Amino acid sequence: MLSVSLAGAKLQNPTVLASGVLGTTGASLIRVAKEGAGAVTTKSISLEARKGHPTPVITTFDAGMINAVGLSNPGIKDFLPELEAAVKGSPSPVIASIFASTIEEFGELAKEVSQAKPSLIELNISCPNVNDEFGRPFACDAVSSSEVVKAAKKGTAIPLFVKLSPNVANIGAIAQAVEKAGADGITAINTVGPGMQINIEAAMPVLTNKVGGVSGPAIKPVAVRCVYDIYKATKLPIIGTGGVTNARDAIEMVMAGATAVGIGSAVYYGGVEVFSEIPKGMREFMESEGYSKIEKMRGIAHEE
Amino acid sequence: MRNDEFIVMPIAQTKDETKTSRTFFFDYNLNSKPGQFVMLWLPGVGEKPISVSGEKEGRFSVTVCAVGPVSKAICELKKGDKLGFRGPFGTHYSIPKDVESIAVVGGGYGSAPLAYLCEHAIAQGKKAYFIEGARDSAHLLFAKRMEDAGAEVLLATDDGSEGVKGFPTDLLKDALKAHKIDRVFSCGPEIMMKKVAEISAHFNVSSEVSMERYMKCGIGVCGQCAVDELGICLCKEGPVISGKTALSLKEFGNYFRDSSGKKIEYNSRRV
Repeated sequence: MLSVSLAGAKLQNPTVLASGVLGTTGASLIRVAKEGAGAVTTKSISLEARKGHPTPVITTFDAGMINAVGLSNPGIKDFLPELEAAVKGSPSPVIASIFASTIEEFGELAKEVSQAKPSLIELNISCPNVNDEFGRPFACDAVSSSEVVKAAKKGTAIPLFVKLSPNVANIGAIAQAVEKAGADGITAINTVGPGMQINIEAAMPVLTNKVGGVSGPAIKPVAVRCVYDIYKATKLPIIGTGGVTNARDAIEMVMAGATAVGIGSAVYYGGVEVFSEIPKGMREFMESEGYSKIEKMRGIAHEE
Repeated sequence: MRNDEFIVMPIAQTKDETKTSRTFFFDYNLNSKPGQFVMLWLPGVGEKPISVSGEKEGRFSVTVCAVGPVSKAICELKKGDKLGFRGPFGTHYSIPKDVESIAVVGGGYGSAPLAYLCEHAIAQGKKAYFIEGARDSAHLLFAKRMEDAGAEVLLATDDGSEGVKGFPTDLLKDALKAHKIDRVFSCGPEIMMKKVAEISAHFNVSSEVSMERYMKCGIGVCGQCAVDELGICLCKEGPVISGKTALSLKEFGNYFRDSSGKKIEYNSRRV
């Protein structure tokens, strides 16, 4: 009823652990998969180790959170054994998220990370920390986005998902560009903003980095609209991500056109249990509304 | 919807504990339990996870040891200066009703949550053995506070300048032989805690340890403090875990991860 396929990867249910939440180690990925996630995505990996920004790197507000973790990771060499352990021990498909600061490096990393045989590779071209030569994320420009996809394709035969930024004028056009360049799917969206929180007693921004990506319930309407636009613009499967905290939100994403649903900040509100609770709630909704399988709901909101 | 924003307020009082550590009191009802921690934020400088070292009657405290740039800057603060915190976070030490007497084993500034725990236990009418180890007498924390609270205080120093010359784990062994102790709690260097868990298991006494890892978010999201091989986050499913769980962890007493996630082996240190 809930099983879906993402470019050949079989998911028991549509929930996907989003990159950047947990997923730092092999054991962490396996743990989330065992809690019921349909697929798990690693924290984004780069060629070299990165310590990330100085703390505070995460803060919360009434409708979400703001983070500037700064893409900390041990680098591909130290992460490969973790990824191999995850691929071996996880009951669900593992998606390897990678990011680089140049187009060439994306190709190199795609090749490196493929050694561990993840089911999919996600190209993180949309984090505020991943900039092109003009200081913007690659995802803000259709040409740069396509170049990254082409470079990564040369490095690997594993299907590629591209994680897009909502902070663009026309996300549908970017989606079309990466589809043309050979992408196998799209993850949307990355965090919104960046945003800022000022503590008024301290009279200064809370994050040491001052600004950070906004996630959580506050961004869900933006995410749903982006998924809707991408579904209309391309034929690619979409991992709809952004502010999904419960089964109703997940259904909404599917109706906008998502094949699978990314879950990140919800771990803050509901713990890792959300990965078993959301599929359960989805099943209940489908039974009561008479949907026999998830495909019946996918993109249904587009019907006139 | 849940929200863990910082609360920034003036320090109500400070107390120097040793040459390098200072306790900060806040007039705020944190509703903490012994073993839990807060993320302490000095605006403009940085943030650190710190155990709550006491709470009663609308006032809680944290005890900070000046070791890195952030904790050193915090230790310069005086009464009335502003400091931020969010929390309390994490699991806490647990004392089941049928437990009549406890022993706590602290090393270095690990004694902070244990002093809070002993006060809590004594208030419930339980007997408490407060075992503490430090380099020398100048580095001992809370011995006087624990005597005043009515705990049995047992001290060990590396140089014998106070208490016995030796290790707190030896004092624990002696205490378990000589007295009826129902539960053991520990916080401090990991190699010491590993010994505490092993000794307690040997005497068939349940134990709990407070296991620390590099923490960033404090709310179980960023995954920085996930431990092998359970994959649990110690900021949420720890820091307090049973000695049995700790001994089952591959990395307990062996290695930890730095802020990038790289594994770092513990040096083999004597405790």
